[in-house]
Amino acid sequence: MSGREDILGGIRKALKRGPLDAAAAAVLDARLAAPARNLIPARATSLDHPGQVELFVAMAEEVQTTVDRVAALADVPQAVAAYLASENLPADLVASPDPVLDDIPWAERPMLRLRRGKAEGGDKVGLTPAFAAVAETGTLMLISGPQNPTTINFLPDTHIVVLRADQIVASYEDGWTLLRQRQAAAGDAALPRTVNFITGPSRTGDIEQRMQLGAHGPRRLHIVLVGDGAAERPAGERPG
Amino acid sequence: MQPTSHAFKANVDKALGDATLQTALGLAMLGFGPKRRSAVERLPEFEALREEGRRIKNQTLEHLDYYLETFERNVTRWGGKVHWCRTPGEAREAVLAICRSVDAKTVTKGKSMIAEEIALNDFLEENKITPVETDLGEYIIQLRHEPPSHLIAPAFHLLKEQVADVFRSSHTELDPARSLVEPRVLCDEAREILRPKFLAADVGITGANCLVAETGSSIIVTNEGNGDLTQTLPKIHIVLASLEKIVPTLEDATTILRLLARSATGQEFSTYTTMSTGPRRDGDLDGPEQYHVILLDNGRSAMLGTEFQDMLRCIRCAACINHCPVFSAVGGHAYGWVYPGPMGSVLTPKLVGVAEAGHLPNASTFCGRCESVCPVKIPLPKMMRHWREREFEQKLSPAPYRFGLSAWAFLATRPALYQALTGVAMRVLAAFGKRRGHFRSLPLAGGWTSVRDMPAPQGRSFQSLWAERQKAKAGR
Amino acid sequence: MPEQPIRVGLFVTCLVDLFRPTVGFAAVKLLEDCGCIVEVPRAQTCCGQPSYNSGDRADTKAIARQVIAAFAGFDYVVAPSGSCAGMIRSHYPELFADEPEMATQVQHLAQRTYELVSFLTDVMGVTGVAARYDGIATYHDACSGLRELGVKDQPRRLLRSVAGLKIAELPGAEICCGFGGTFCIKYPAISDRMVGDKATEIVATGADTLLAGDLGCLLNMAGKLTRRGTAVRVRHVAEVLAGMTDEVLPIGAPDEAVS
Repeated sequence: MSGREDILGGIRKALKRGPLDAAAAAVLDARLAAPARNLIPARATSLDHPGQVELFVAMAEEVQTTVDRVAALADVPQAVAAYLASENLPADLVASPDPVLDDIPWAERPMLRLRRGKAEGGDKVGLTPAFAAVAETGTLMLISGPQNPTTINFLPDTHIVVLRADQIVASYEDGWTLLRQRQAAAGDAALPRTVNFITGPSRTGDIEQRMQLGAHGPRRLHIVLVGDGAAERPAGERPG
Repeated sequence: MQPTSHAFKANVDKALGDATLQTALGLAMLGFGPKRRSAVERLPEFEALREEGRRIKNQTLEHLDYYLETFERNVTRWGGKVHWCRTPGEAREAVLAICRSVDAKTVTKGKSMIAEEIALNDFLEENKITPVETDLGEYIIQLRHEPPSHLIAPAFHLLKEQVADVFRSSHTELDPARSLVEPRVLCDEAREILRPKFLAADVGITGANCLVAETGSSIIVTNEGNGDLTQTLPKIHIVLASLEKIVPTLEDATTILRLLARSATGQEFSTYTTMSTGPRRDGDLDGPEQYHVILLDNGRSAMLGTEFQDMLRCIRCAACINHCPVFSAVGGHAYGWVYPGPMGSVLTPKLVGVAEAGHLPNASTFCGRCESVCPVKIPLPKMMRHWREREFEQKLSPAPYRFGLSAWAFLATRPALYQALTGVAMRVLAAFGKRRGHFRSLPLAGGWTSVRDMPAPQGRSFQSLWAERQKAKAGR
Repeated sequence: MPEQPIRVGLFVTCLVDLFRPTVGFAAVKLLEDCGCIVEVPRAQTCCGQPSYNSGDRADTKAIARQVIAAFAGFDYVVAPSGSCAGMIRSHYPELFADEPEMATQVQHLAQRTYELVSFLTDVMGVTGVAARYDGIATYHDACSGLRELGVKDQPRRLLRSVAGLKIAELPGAEICCGFGGTFCIKYPAISDRMVGDKATEIVATGADTLLAGDLGCLLNMAGKLTRRGTAVRVRHVAEVLAGMTDEVLPIGAPDEAVS
């Protein structure tokens, strides 16, 4: 007997039943097709959107993410240049080929040199957009795709994320809902290979339980937060 | 690894006498409790979430076959493959076959307790494949050729000086005179050394904190980002997971994740929580070309429907370990196998046999702290007691101890005889012990008096004094 | 106070019966002071924990049946021990889960069984006692009472009403003392480490008295404290609450009057 049949048979024997009948399976299928939310803490869901933006910033800063707030996408190049200068970092960046970043007037800061593509071992600074962000714990939600290679999130020492305030949602569940909406809109192929929830820069406590930043992933996580989120999100993008 | 759980008592003596270990344990154990407590206090819903976690896991176990089949269907749909493995041997062979298919020379590894359980590193080395542990703690202990001492902090039994020593003797390409005093420097050195290994590896192996049936995804949680580099850069990503890691939906996984970091490290959320579904998609610029899930049973399915089923809820957060006074005293290696502390004392007898690991469920005071912090409310003391029942049934406990127990039970069910005999014994003890108030040693009580005095009894038993009082009352 | 006096069956516990009868009389006094009628069934010995925690279910059941029979018919059953009360309250129902015909009596007993101080405060509504004790006491939360029965604040509340008594909180009061029944003789090295750490913490509070609600833990801690030659006086909390500390020396203390 194959391992598969053996294991499944063993489970059924232990549960004192055979394979689920069609009716029982249909009930479970239905549950999977329309996943129910479990208890979600009120910490973020009880706030209005401006409150969620404030909570996101506070929670992110608590875990050593730095956050710079700017009014508009047009302000991003200046903010990025200023951040790199303040940290004494090079102005060469590897950036996602995501068209979202094309809306930013990079040419206004010719000192910033953006290479678009996946990250390589030598890249020092990476720049990406985010798919969403979760106020509850100051967590970024990034997804992989042809325009969003995952390596940028991990290989460079510094990760800069351009996030619009209206992308901030209350909970991870809101993030899943956005992901499912995206998948439904684009067809099956849209479930990304990788979803990264990122909460602060890389760290380890493995030596004497003392926290050090920059274990293997980025030493610095910097968010350029655009706008105040006051503009309504398009109705179709609203979570749950 | 070969279990040494049968030598638990000797392991304990060694651990208690190891001054360096005791210093490291003292340093490490101080932080866990307060960090968890403040994270829990910050989330008013935490207790309700524990109940949710328990419910989700229980409901999943009731339909485990369905969810595993659904998981496999979805993994396949996204281009991955599930390998069903009954035993550690089958799991090792499945990993080897995948590695051989691309003629792999080196394999990077994220932290995986299943890899420890199936002793994967030794096996890969025997087959001329070099495994490289990338979690800093795992890397340190790999260099030291020792097993992890803790589920989430594998090198927590070491002081930084010991880490410096092993780095100096292993990283011979670096300047031998360099300073390795600061943990910061040690971290940076490991980062420098491991980065090219991440880039060069042919295969990346990670564990899984959850498998999601709905999407066919695996989820890993790390703080270092090593798991992400491990699973993104090589051509092949292999996930090692035992079958009880399955949850139905992303929402269910999310509830587990809310419990996990707070219970483990006291973090609100781990730095990196990563969901992976299949290999890279068409057009993706990076990510693995193959995605394999090694689904290990190793006796777990046989725990369903038994008194040990609740253990299958375990999410490996280590809260029980971090709050265990026995573990705090002796550390992880004393337990003699992969899983230490209370969860190990329940799981290890199942995985390596109760004859080998019989000490573990006995080495507990049943103080209950483990159960009180368990994020999915596993009744750990109750299950340790179940192991004691199995041992008793199989007559595995020492004969004198069993005799003592039977004698006590014989007396305890004969109150008159009990009162007569104990009354005499206590009066004798009281007479001898009255002046000093306690005994430095007592015949047949060496286990007690070897480490503490035995306070002397007052004299007459309560029952005899009470009878007298009642008589006097009646006579008035 | 209800019209009909409450009939309480005192489960003395084997350790109190054999080692420290004063704790039993202190319990009787505290119960009678709040209007209960106390009876002590003769046919009681042990709650069965040594057998139960050693995996011997058959003997445990035999002992438990005796307890269930002896304590049928009381309004409440009270034990000066969180561990023995917890055994009856939490573990008897589990022990007899495979005997549905026992369910009613087991549940009935379990629901009426209380640890002494919890009974006084939670059931009888006692808020204070008329007792005096001059000293600084620290309090150890014995595990079963704390985690199985939720005994934490109750003893502290009553102790605050004792004249002359100051409380110095014990850091790590909720961490096990290393007694654990047969654990302390099966694994003396680990138990030694645990009770040693506990003794160090106790001494560091500066308290002259250690109190707790379980005699097993008290014997263990007292034994370590005298072995270390410290002068900390160790007593069951009931002795202090009942004002009966003059009737008996502290646990393990030498009798200066005997030469």
